Amino acid sequence: MFSILRMRRWPPYAAGALLGALSWFAFATTGKLLGVSTALVKTTAMAEQAVVPGHVAANPYFAKTGTKIDWEWMLVLGIALGAWTAGRLAGAEERKEPPALWQSRFGASRRKRYAAAFAGGGLVMYGARMAGGCTSGHGISGSLQLAVSSWTFFLTIFAAAVAVSALLYGRGANDAR
Amino acid sequence: MVLGLATGFVFGFLLQKSGVAKFETIVSQFLFRDFTMLKVMLTAIIAGGVGVYAIHEFGGKPLVIKQAQMDAVLLGGLIFGTGMALLGYCPGTAVASAAQGNRDALAGLLGMFAGGALFAENFSYFAASLLKRHDLGKPTLPEITGLPAWLFFAALIAVALPLFRRLERRER
Repeated sequence: MFSILRMRRWPPYAAGALLGALSWFAFATTGKLLGVSTALVKTTAMAEQAVVPGHVAANPYFAKTGTKIDWEWMLVLGIALGAWTAGRLAGAEERKEPPALWQSRFGASRRKRYAAAFAGGGLVMYGARMAGGCTSGHGISGSLQLAVSSWTFFLTIFAAAVAVSALLYGRGANDAR
Repeated sequence: MVLGLATGFVFGFLLQKSGVAKFETIVSQFLFRDFTMLKVMLTAIIAGGVGVYAIHEFGGKPLVIKQAQMDAVLLGGLIFGTGMALLGYCPGTAVASAAQGNRDALAGLLGMFAGGALFAENFSYFAASLLKRHDLGKPTLPEITGLPAWLFFAALIAVALPLFRRLERRER
């Protein structure tokens, strides 16, 4: 049993099936499904509330998301703990920063990588809030419920990411060092 | 609350063990060099969907469908996909990767907080425009087609199994 937990990688089908089973568990116990981006924007709301409480109170979007810690926020905290634990059990892994694939195109500058990651993260969350979910809430949870909105989102992000990845990291991309 | 933490713990554990909480895995999927992400997601959708629909049908729990504001979903998807190619993580995998000490994922998370703040400022504008366009409500594929849900899962399995078999043969 313990040796399974220590394995570096689980077969993708096993991990996927267990994620599916986890969705049943969440749905059966709370009537909700797995999602991440709402809790992250709620974190933004909580941080802003500490600095400019009046501004948050007057914002209609933050009124929708709320500023209280709930099941979904605890879920995201759990993701961090679970991933950390899984990584620890597997033992130290050789880490390359920036990632090798990134370095092969954009060089070893960490500052450049962090700036791109920050910008990418900004786009990810802006798009997620516009569409109403992310790869968890729409991609897995919405798709498994056969939602029209979620399949549209899933296929759109895949197409956009394939096109942009080909431009950024594909064989034809220029080595910009 | 404890339930959320426990569910999230397993979620994060699975994200790490499956290997999808890595920049290389995600970007390699978009370059069609590594299909781990597709395998994990498709299996999760099929396995999860069959069970969730069973709980819905026999347990009477209502589904939780997101609003199909088509213009916003399409534009949001394009922005999200572009950002994900640049970052190499989605929100869930960024949390998982940052927790393991990857600083680029942490930078991505900070970007997400900023992106969320910016969207909150722009929300009133979108609520009166983009979010109203082509709003289909909250339909599911079975509802708009009149076909039973199990047929969609049967079709997904019929696509996934030969695809997985081919991928495994190719990777060997």
